[in-house]
Amino acid sequence: MDITVNILLTIATAATPLLIAAIGELVVERSGVLNLGVEGMMIMGAVGGFGAGYLTGSPWIGLLAAIIVGALFSLLFAVMTLSLATNQVATGLSLTLLGLGLSGMIGTSFVGQPGVRLPNLDIPGLSSIPVVGRLIFGQDPVFYISISLTAAVMWFLFRTRTGLTLRSIGDSHTSAHALGIKVIRYRYLAVIFGGACAGLAGGHLSLVYTPQWVENMSAGRGWIALALVVFASWRPWRVLAGAYIFGAVWIGQLHAQAFGIPVPSQFLSSLPYLATIVVLVLISRNKRLTMMNTPASLGQPFVPDR
Amino acid sequence: MGGTVSANHDRSNLLEVRGLTKIFGTLTACDHIDLNIAKGEIHALLGENGAGKSTLVKMLFGSLEPNSGEIFWDGKAVKITSPGVAKKLGIGMVFQHFSLFEALTAAENIALSLNDGSPISTIAAKARALSFSYGLPLDPDSLVGDLSVGERQRIEIIRCLLQTPQLIILDEPTSVLTPQEADKLFETLERLRSEGKSILYISHRLEEVKRICDRATVLRHGKVVGHCNPREETAASLARMMVGSEVKAVVRAPAEGIETAPALLEIRGLSRKPATPFAIPLKNINLTVRAGEVIGIAGVAGNGQGEFFESVSGEVLQQDAGSVRIRGKDAGALSITGRRLMGAAFVPEERLGHGAAPRMRLSENLLLSRHATDGKAFVGSGGMVKNSTVYSAAQRIITAMDVRKSAPDPEAAALSGGNLQKFIVGRELDRKPSVMVVNQPTWGVDAGAAARIRQALIELARSGSAVLVISQDLDELFELSDAIAVMHNGELSKPLPIAEATFEKIGLLMGGAEPGHAEHGMEVA
Repeated sequence: MDITVNILLTIATAATPLLIAAIGELVVERSGVLNLGVEGMMIMGAVGGFGAGYLTGSPWIGLLAAIIVGALFSLLFAVMTLSLATNQVATGLSLTLLGLGLSGMIGTSFVGQPGVRLPNLDIPGLSSIPVVGRLIFGQDPVFYISISLTAAVMWFLFRTRTGLTLRSIGDSHTSAHALGIKVIRYRYLAVIFGGACAGLAGGHLSLVYTPQWVENMSAGRGWIALALVVFASWRPWRVLAGAYIFGAVWIGQLHAQAFGIPVPSQFLSSLPYLATIVVLVLISRNKRLTMMNTPASLGQPFVPDR
Repeated sequence: MGGTVSANHDRSNLLEVRGLTKIFGTLTACDHIDLNIAKGEIHALLGENGAGKSTLVKMLFGSLEPNSGEIFWDGKAVKITSPGVAKKLGIGMVFQHFSLFEALTAAENIALSLNDGSPISTIAAKARALSFSYGLPLDPDSLVGDLSVGERQRIEIIRCLLQTPQLIILDEPTSVLTPQEADKLFETLERLRSEGKSILYISHRLEEVKRICDRATVLRHGKVVGHCNPREETAASLARMMVGSEVKAVVRAPAEGIETAPALLEIRGLSRKPATPFAIPLKNINLTVRAGEVIGIAGVAGNGQGEFFESVSGEVLQQDAGSVRIRGKDAGALSITGRRLMGAAFVPEERLGHGAAPRMRLSENLLLSRHATDGKAFVGSGGMVKNSTVYSAAQRIITAMDVRKSAPDPEAAALSGGNLQKFIVGRELDRKPSVMVVNQPTWGVDAGAAARIRQALIELARSGSAVLVISQDLDELFELSDAIAVMHNGELSKPLPIAEATFEKIGLLMGGAEPGHAEHGMEVA
């Protein structure tokens, strides 16, 4: 029983950063902007969060710093693509490259230093209930943030007028502009929200997952988050499902490798990617629903014509 | 004529515009425009494509900023800096290229332009009530992507009316409607006028302007060339004001001996599944075009015409090779080049990017479309292009079609839409094809150039070719066709000989309301 609980807990920890980064990117893409810099923003959040936590000794200040660093880094992307109308794909890719390089430089002195870890939730009485206690009341704070964030984004996108406006901009920025909607302002806010989420996801890596600084520690999670958004056809609950499938297969194959199952380890390592894609492709077979949820103006620069 | 403006800003004018100018780079799109709109009138804004009509109304709606000039609303000087400001003043707009969101429902689309926080369900109920009171029934929960163009326009109109505007601007509202739908729209407009609202009605259709408008302002090349009462003018005199010169009428000699002429293009039981969720399936289409005749295909945009053209031209291949036959041979499995080699020619709807490569010269565009069919003429030994031959062939087409251009061999994108269309049609005519299929031959082309293209198509048919024209413009089809078939929801009606065809009959078919059509539909389903 204890083993099962432990496995479930590690799955949640593996899925949380993917979920947060992907939910942020989902909002960005729903507004019609494609930010390929998730990996870069995530690693900047990781180094910023570790640094602030290490220097102040407070993991909470570290987490806050991760969010701010991610948001500031995404602002760079926003200025380039929204105000200067540069190519979003090229700018996003450079943001990732810049983030990877810059974080390595900033983090040189942090390598090998002991980090601080965000404590798990501990509610006397509740957290010690067998099985459910630890699963529901005993996880790290970022786990709870990720779940509430997903619910909040769903509510925002599909239940509020502002969310409707954001989706309309993603569908057609020219129509939105013709109605007098401030396309650029909305997109700025969406991109910064996405950056803050990616930063938070990075903070989870360096303050919860493995509380230390290692160069390149995001290890491609930003790219997986990006893929999750597309394969989940821009729908929040599918992003949640995708992140947890990925996390589950990831942890599962690690255990399989540890048991020494006679399957090449490279194949096992590729399983999470394969499983996630297959499942998400299967659930988004309905072409019509996919079309309805695809932001039609995704990736197109918008220059208002005055 | 030039607009007499009283010095003390007559309060009977709802909107007064003085010296409004908009400059894009070197082009003066609007040059010192004066315009007065009285309360409770339908005011027409007339002009050809590119005369500056759309630019002017975008400035009135706050989407574009004028370089100079003044706007007075109800006697007071105003600056309309954004669509929000325009809406607050009481200006509503129904756009030509609809500003709707396909992936959202009608009610959500309406909610987006209302700035109050009322819930969607309240807005949906209001929209439903208003739409029924104006006789424009609307289902607020339907997805815009699923709606016909006419229904989409209803959403635009209802959305505009919900903002209770004093002035409603309609940009080319009937260009996508069947004649019956247009009649319905005119009733609505007359009712709005009787409620004291003003309407600025933009169109290039002269008959309807004569029918419903109280006054007209005519634009040409960005300047006001006259104000008039359209009811006192003839269609010809209005056309002269718009174009600046007489427009030559198209001459169509009666076709003779068509019944016995060989069938050059045959479509037999052509069906096609929809390629995307919003696309229209083609359902068992049958059509024969004989040597010497022009057949027109009418229909409201988005009823399968684009899918039909792609299937006939070979952009999409058919599984049944016999479903498209050219000059008596199966062509359904052949590519565009294969079909061209059999003597067919095709002109797609979209000029730039489909009919021509925008950044390539006209001569290069000529070579691109014809190197396969005229390989011997244009390409020499060892695959070397004979540049001088291509160049002189391009010049021959330019002269034959009177293409106006700024350089001897300009890039396609440098030509105006009308002139590029003349070149693209001329490029195909130059081959003397025995089968010619054209989609929207004169969309957005000025009256003079349109007449020239139509005349050339008729002459091609009379010289022994089969010509098939797909168009949304009924006037055009009546001008050049020997028979008209109607496409509705992916089905094609039997061609109606021009002598029997009337606007009413064709309009009913376009709306899908023909009783005989149902049994045809049954056998498919």
